[in-house]
Amino acid sequence: MKSTDVLFAGFGGHGMLMAGKLLALSMIKQGKQVSWLPAYGAEMRGGTANVTVCISDGDVMSPYIERPNALVVMNTPSLAKFGPRVKPGGLILLNSTLIKDPFTRDDCPVMSLPASQIAMDMGNARATNLILLGAYAGITQIASQEEVIETIQETFTSRPKFIPLNVSAFSAGWKEGTRLRLESGVEFAHQENEEEETDSRYAYSNG
Amino acid sequence: MAKILMKGNEAIGEAAIKAGCLYFFGYPITPQNELPEYLSKRLPQVGGRYIQTESEVATSNMIFGAAGVGVRVMTSSSSPGISLMSEGLSYLAGADLPVVIVNMMRAGPGLAGILPAQSDYAHATRGTAHGDFQLLVLAPSSVQEAVDLTMLCFELAEKYRMPVMLLGDGMIGQMMEPVEFPPMEVGPPMNADDWALTGCKGRAPRLVSSLFLDPVELNAKNHERFEKYKVVAQNETRFELYNCDEPYDILITAFGVMSRVCKSAITELKKQGVRVGLFRPITVKPYPSEALSSAILKARRVLDVEMNMGQMLVDVQLAANGQREVDFMGKCGGLTPSIEDVVEAVYASLAKAEAAV
Amino acid sequence: MKPIFSHTEGMITDPMHYCPGCTHGIIHRLVGETLIELGIRERAVGVSPVGCSVFTYKYFTCDMFQASHGRAPAVATGAKRCRPELIVFCYQGDGDLAAIGTSEIIHAANRGEKITCIFVNNAIYGMTGGQMAPTTVPGQRTSTTPGGRNVDEDGFPLKMSEILAQLQTPGYIARVSMHSPEEIIRAKRVIRKAFEYQVNNTCFSFVEFLSTCPTNWGLSPVDSLNWIKNSMLPYYPLGEHKVPEQKEEGTQ
Repeated sequence: MKSTDVLFAGFGGHGMLMAGKLLALSMIKQGKQVSWLPAYGAEMRGGTANVTVCISDGDVMSPYIERPNALVVMNTPSLAKFGPRVKPGGLILLNSTLIKDPFTRDDCPVMSLPASQIAMDMGNARATNLILLGAYAGITQIASQEEVIETIQETFTSRPKFIPLNVSAFSAGWKEGTRLRLESGVEFAHQENEEEETDSRYAYSNG
Repeated sequence: MAKILMKGNEAIGEAAIKAGCLYFFGYPITPQNELPEYLSKRLPQVGGRYIQTESEVATSNMIFGAAGVGVRVMTSSSSPGISLMSEGLSYLAGADLPVVIVNMMRAGPGLAGILPAQSDYAHATRGTAHGDFQLLVLAPSSVQEAVDLTMLCFELAEKYRMPVMLLGDGMIGQMMEPVEFPPMEVGPPMNADDWALTGCKGRAPRLVSSLFLDPVELNAKNHERFEKYKVVAQNETRFELYNCDEPYDILITAFGVMSRVCKSAITELKKQGVRVGLFRPITVKPYPSEALSSAILKARRVLDVEMNMGQMLVDVQLAANGQREVDFMGKCGGLTPSIEDVVEAVYASLAKAEAAV
Repeated sequence: MKPIFSHTEGMITDPMHYCPGCTHGIIHRLVGETLIELGIRERAVGVSPVGCSVFTYKYFTCDMFQASHGRAPAVATGAKRCRPELIVFCYQGDGDLAAIGTSEIIHAANRGEKITCIFVNNAIYGMTGGQMAPTTVPGQRTSTTPGGRNVDEDGFPLKMSEILAQLQTPGYIARVSMHSPEEIIRAKRVIRKAFEYQVNNTCFSFVEFLSTCPTNWGLSPVDSLNWIKNSMLPYYPLGEHKVPEQKEEGTQ
């Protein structure tokens, strides 16, 4: 049984919760089990907002993860908080438009992408989340481009005017992610945890 | 039916509708707001009614009125709001009214915090309010289980004519997981024809009341109700045993979403050659004491893990009955013990077990 | 011979527990008669309170709830919203409605619940032994205001009818008194009207009854009637404080 846990982190309004949701929905298409757990706060806008997406072949065990396999991060405060927690051998993907300070880890690759700049060049900074999601998927190949695009189309059925921008932002991110994977020179796949099947019994007191 | 990705709060709302609940009364409080919001939209679509109340005090009395006229009714809240409903819960129990109450627990005491916690275990299972009564309390660990147990809550409330609580936490409420809604045949509320206030046409007037001034009558009434609780304990106690088929040294006890963190920890420990089982009560009231006692006797030591200061610990100690030592590890205030915390606590328990030899 | 007065079928015939000279019994009777006259007894559900009228459920011959202190309008809301075909009424005293239950009555009225609330104001807590009520008039001696109600410390009595009448939501709000046969006859017309508004699904209805408490006022029954007239009426003016707007002929 294999599983992987991804943390999407930024400020409220950055759309990281939506990025995580699109990934979770895409993984359901593959028949995976998922959980999507946001860290909710008192602030509706502007506070830190992050979501942990757990993906597993079997039942998701803990949806609460302090040490994720991957971090997709929008801004400096979130990187400072979560960057050191990524599991060794995991992946850190950061938005270098908003994160200017260098960040390195000896034990896991740190990849950067000027995601906000790319989104602004496409005409809307609010698509930054989809650039990053595309890049994460392009780097790790966790989902196919088609799967996620289909998910975007289904998710925004009631708001179809958002579909073209989100699809093109995801595709642009995917292209960048593919480039980063090739440049890294290693066959990059998303880090997975190996788990043994475990017995679980449900019972009533009277048998 | 394909699984759909839903937040726990919304999934519980849909489960209630699937179980034939058409009436919801509630007052906003974080972290359960998506549940009333969802039902405010959905209930009118299915011919039901959503009523936003002026307080949780009023809520608990509105569901008293609704259940008393024989309809299937529900409310939801979070810790401080449940405290305010306590009076009403006592009256509901005293009048033998079937209602379903959802508590998406947050950190306490006082106004405290809005983040997930298991701060109301003692309140739900012990000191709910004044007087001799019990609730039937079910604690889901996933969104799917929240759906299944919500539907079960209505069935049990009507079958035993008593208030039933779904005890979740902010994590269950806010988390999205794929769910499916099992088909359920829904009829009118069970047994209500015999007692509900529907107008006295063609029969004698009825009374729905928790007032019994005659001590002999009240004594008998309470004994009768506690006989019913015995039947509930006999028939409805539910639990899960995880990784308990093979021998284990440490038995972890945890309920709700906390148990899933423990499962991940057990998987880690397995890789390290440490043998750990998990006992998870699904009904926290009545508590599966006998089953836990048997599981405890197979362990060298017990570790209770909770998102509070050790509220279930008493039940675990009672089940251990002095035969095994019970350690406790908990975090509260909105913090959750992590997989790493649990692994560390298991090693600490193991060390104590070794030292005791 | 044709009887000109008899028991109403809206009530049982057993003796009541109220003190001699207390006008609760008359108010009960007015409600019971109305249930019969309007033909609604068999679809009526009453809600009894906590206080002297806690046993209201024993006297009416319709389905009854016994509610917690002050929450009768919430219980009534739950019942009426789920079964709108029922005629739901609350019967509450002044401690119940105007102290611990102010939130429930104001919000039930403001939501425009199609229920009928009977509010018995005798300016004192009766059942617990004559303590100050939110409706105790200035200077009135009670067991907890031995020197008389001091408005500097205890505030002025709450005029519930006036408070509810200023809500924008349509409603029928009236105050009547039990101090004379003439006023009792007037009260009967008002309570009947209040139930009719519910039967016609028009609006929330509320009738405040100025009532006696000879025991805790320390007065004879007759003096008590006079005390309503002399000490309560100046503070609590009678009449319809609010009526639902009449729809003009030919308009929607």
